[in-house]
Amino acid sequence: MILWQTLRFAVGGLAANKVRSALTMLGVLIGVASVILLLAVGNGSSVAVKESITSLGTNSLTVSSGSASGGSRATSSVKKLTVADAKALATDADTAAIKSVAPVVTTGGTALYGNIAYSPGSIVGTYPSYFETANQKVAHGEYFTDDDVLASRKVAVLGATTAKQLFDVEDPVGRTVVLGGTPFTVVGVLQAKGGSGFTDPDDVVIAPLPTVQNAFTGFGSVNQILVQASSADSTTAAQSEITRVLLGTHAIADPAKADFRITSQSSLLTARESTTKTFTVLLGAVAAISLLVGGIGITNIMLVTVTERTREIGIRKALGAPRAVILGQFLTESTLLSVIGAGLGVAAGIAGSHVSIVGIKPVVIPESVLGAFAIAVAIGLFFGSYPANRAASLRPIDALRHE
Amino acid sequence: MRHVIDNRVPARPVPVIRIRRLTKSYGHGDATVHALRGPSDPRSGEPQGVDLDIEQGDYVAVMGSSGSGKSTLMNILGCLDVPTSGRYLLDGTDVGHLDEQQLALVRNRKIGFVFQSFNLVPRTTALAQVELPLAYAGVRTAERRRRATAALSLVGLAERAGHKPNELSGGQQQRVAVARALVTAPAMLLADEPTGNLDSHSTEEVLALIDGLNATGRTVVLITHEDEVARHAKRVLRLVDGQIVSDLRQAPVEGPPPCLGPDVAEVLA
Repeated sequence: MILWQTLRFAVGGLAANKVRSALTMLGVLIGVASVILLLAVGNGSSVAVKESITSLGTNSLTVSSGSASGGSRATSSVKKLTVADAKALATDADTAAIKSVAPVVTTGGTALYGNIAYSPGSIVGTYPSYFETANQKVAHGEYFTDDDVLASRKVAVLGATTAKQLFDVEDPVGRTVVLGGTPFTVVGVLQAKGGSGFTDPDDVVIAPLPTVQNAFTGFGSVNQILVQASSADSTTAAQSEITRVLLGTHAIADPAKADFRITSQSSLLTARESTTKTFTVLLGAVAAISLLVGGIGITNIMLVTVTERTREIGIRKALGAPRAVILGQFLTESTLLSVIGAGLGVAAGIAGSHVSIVGIKPVVIPESVLGAFAIAVAIGLFFGSYPANRAASLRPIDALRHE
Repeated sequence: MRHVIDNRVPARPVPVIRIRRLTKSYGHGDATVHALRGPSDPRSGEPQGVDLDIEQGDYVAVMGSSGSGKSTLMNILGCLDVPTSGRYLLDGTDVGHLDEQQLALVRNRKIGFVFQSFNLVPRTTALAQVELPLAYAGVRTAERRRRATAALSLVGLAERAGHKPNELSGGQQQRVAVARALVTAPAMLLADEPTGNLDSHSTEEVLALIDGLNATGRTVVLITHEDEVARHAKRVLRLVDGQIVSDLRQAPVEGPPPCLGPDVAEVLA
């Protein structure tokens, strides 16, 4: 019997019980839509993490003081990081993997502009190479220069959030803000990076290192030394070069007793990425269960349909319907339920992914759409096969006698 | 075995239906009920089974009260049910050796059913009902439409082709069922109390149709418990407790059925 005829019978069968068919499709719809949507949410958060990795600079390594094994050793042996350490790293002859070095001091304080007072998230004193290493780009104005550092000029570059808080719509470049009693001339405003974490990377004031040391921290140690590796692949080489140089400057023979730590941004964020992967898998599992429940709904409804239509099956068999035709008819019906349900589910899932959920913008994975649809159709076939098989193997006389 | 039988009757064509020592029982042990048993063996008392031959073109009415086994016989003749023991040859083919798929083919090609309760497929138009056996036989759409329309015209329902069962009267539904049974041009028409649920007017209409089909050479086996209906047949069998107790010929196999109405004869001519 031709396909078209089977399809028409199936549509007729489904149309005979519209509410029931619609509810069964709803089960599949919810399953498919939740698979697509929840995977999109997981993927969305993973994409956000990846973006923040790139925004932090994948080549950057942070050196901070303290023992690598958690500081349980005698603190007396811990030597703070200094500008001299940074200079040693920059000038050492055998450091091919290191592209640039920037010592960093971080402090807090209040910025004043006219009658507006605002406390930026952090005030950073550093060298110009910091901008490239930390992937901070100036959107307007310019960076401060090595010359500004050497001359300890009172210039600053503002993060997008800080600039917005202090100046609102005014152009900050060329204006003067007072930080900790010292007037700084704003030379540039950074591009907004946007952040996914708790701290806003745009809420920052960056000024030449000696100027900040002079105004706030004094000329002692630095908080961190930011090192840029020559490429993302050479971070490991850079790490061992840093270790070698700093062990020399700190006069430590045993690498296990190092009094500094080297962390790479990307390694931290890779760890976070694997967390979001676990999250995605969990969400996917929950969604898959709802898809399975939708499939069981199909079996249930098809069993009811077969029971209801036993007599009709008997008539068809008496008219000479082969087993395959009966099987095909009920399988078509169950598959039609799942195909329509899955189609609507795909539409609902894609529509739903335009809404951001708890701050995460869902990013639909194309494979998940195809996969969820295919699985739903397979579920229709699989879960429909038991009732269909039952219908097809009814003996005509039993089916005809059924009331 | 079959060759022996065939050799004994070389001059006559093979009967459409030949059953030998056929029994059908339900249940086990002491609770066994023999729906079809035939005469008992004089020594052991075991049922010997029913023997019956029905010739090509015959018009047989099977009569009996309810529980006499006539419906069981009918279901076995229609390949809807399988006998407990015995052989059933339909057009010379031993039906007992056929698998499910071949049985479906036999029901489709060789047998046309008319049931007491009409047994139309719900939510399906009269035309689609009549097309159904053709669809199962793999006939193409245009040909199917043509033959189904012709069959509906034959039963006088051409203008009701688009109606669904719940939009038709009982008599009309049964005429659709007759059209459906004859559309594949089967060798044999099996009618299980076709007039049991009909008023006298519709009964006459349906019986006239069946008479007409027999007049064109189709074998008809009809189950009834009404003498009025049995009057139309050429041969009347009476079943009591699963045995054939009388076999009465009312008219010769060759020739028209005894009550063929002149108007139907005209239509068919």
